[in-house]
Amino acid sequence: MTLDTFLSLTTNGLSVSSILLLVGLGLSVTFGIMGVINFAIGGFIMIGGYMVYVVQGIIFAHYAGNDSFAIFLLALPFAFFAAGFIGFILEKSLIRFLYAKPYESMLATWGVSLIFQQLARNVFGSNNVVVNTPVMLSGGLHVIGGFQIPYNRLFILSLSIVAIVGVYCYLYRTNSGRKIRAVMQNRNMSACLGIPTGRIDSFTFAFGSGLAGIAGCALSLLGPIGPSMGEHYIVDAFMVVVLGGVGSLAGTIGGSLVIGMLSPYLEFITTSSMGRALVFIFVIILLQWKPEGLFVLRNRALD
Amino acid sequence: MLNIKCINAGYKDTQILRDVDLEIPKGSVVALMGRNGVGKTTFLKTIIGLINVKSGTISFNDEDITHISIDKRARKGISYVPQGREIFPYLTVYENIILGFEAKHNYSNEMLQRIYEMFPFLKKMLNKNGGELSGGQQQQLAIARALASNPDLILMDEPTEGIQPSIVLEIENIIKLIKGQKTTSILLVEQYMDFALRLSDYCYVMEKGTIVFRSDRNKFNKDDIKKYLTI
Repeated sequence: MTLDTFLSLTTNGLSVSSILLLVGLGLSVTFGIMGVINFAIGGFIMIGGYMVYVVQGIIFAHYAGNDSFAIFLLALPFAFFAAGFIGFILEKSLIRFLYAKPYESMLATWGVSLIFQQLARNVFGSNNVVVNTPVMLSGGLHVIGGFQIPYNRLFILSLSIVAIVGVYCYLYRTNSGRKIRAVMQNRNMSACLGIPTGRIDSFTFAFGSGLAGIAGCALSLLGPIGPSMGEHYIVDAFMVVVLGGVGSLAGTIGGSLVIGMLSPYLEFITTSSMGRALVFIFVIILLQWKPEGLFVLRNRALD
Repeated sequence: MLNIKCINAGYKDTQILRDVDLEIPKGSVVALMGRNGVGKTTFLKTIIGLINVKSGTISFNDEDITHISIDKRARKGISYVPQGREIFPYLTVYENIILGFEAKHNYSNEMLQRIYEMFPFLKKMLNKNGGELSGGQQQQLAIARALASNPDLILMDEPTEGIQPSIVLEIENIIKLIKGQKTTSILLVEQYMDFALRLSDYCYVMEKGTIVFRSDRNKFNKDDIKKYLTI
């Protein structure tokens, strides 16, 4: 393996990790707080992706500079709130009846993700739509020799760093973040302290969906936007959550790095399907050793 | 203040509480005693709303709260110190206390300082995780958390269970302090008879899910209820 290939695999791995991190954060918190496995997360990624298209190709369609970085940045809150809003409605109408029922929730949300895909086909057509990568993000940063890190991948990496810092500050430094952690650790006691747990649930679910929407924006920089663009990431994102340990931020970071970085190397060394199989095998072995994930905390309260 | 009339409640197929009546006047300490498994904890859970009532009414400050949600009951001024304390293990001691203000959104530095005065050891371990505390410390933290919202009623489920004697004494002093203020009532579920008798104004004894003895504390002596409590 030459240095160039190594570096490009690493940057690819880092951007996949970043996207997995964005998706995994939402999944981990949702699973941690409500015991719901949300397969519809792929749909929220897709909604985020289409929001970039909506902002760039529809709202600003006749504006010459619509592939500017500013307009892409504008798409981020759009994606976050659109995905978040739809997540909120989904939680209110379906998810809240499935609390602590992982299997039922898995089936139901899988159905929802099919509905999302079909809706996307009806609204935007079954062909992929194209968005222009902002001019500012084309090209790359020269590092060693002829190798350059593409700006769009750097941007995705920084986006996920901003997101994780944001989520950390939100969960650990604000009142409502504290309530989310309390509900995650002990729902009944939280209610006994006057915390409206139902409202926390809807809000958290919406927030996680919004993060998946942001991931969709990031994905639009790497490939086409289509009805099933999110599906590919569902399984990987779940591996991230399972591997890292449910409800743990550090675990989600660790898990997404492991899954995201491992795939490109293994796929390069072997073949692309063999590489994925090897990642699965690796996760299975790891879970034999640490069944609750890599970053599970232990203390006397839970023993 | 709290008026419970003819409550029937239990888990799915098993009824635990049968026609329970109980009354807690403002500012008083009411002890509820009884052997293991007679329904004392179920009764507290029914008052806070963790268990649904099948029939009967719970009224609190002249308002029917029989069917409102747990968090609304908390916001109306009922605090709960559950059996097993239920401290949030991965939240710091400070965060555990602060969550106590949630019920009435009444965060005040003054109240916080009062809590530190009542439980001086807490101030030294504010940044520790709740789960790292010993059982006795967790019990005191649970009481501190329940006091933060300045509730009208605190439901305490066996605060002395599995706690070393010196801390039992401290808890007793805290309850006396609360009692002395005459604004917060306490429903004390306890198996430790002497402890309960020292603190209470009224006593109830429960057996097989119903109240079998009730009296003003001054109107009976220990031997009257001993038969219900010894095995």
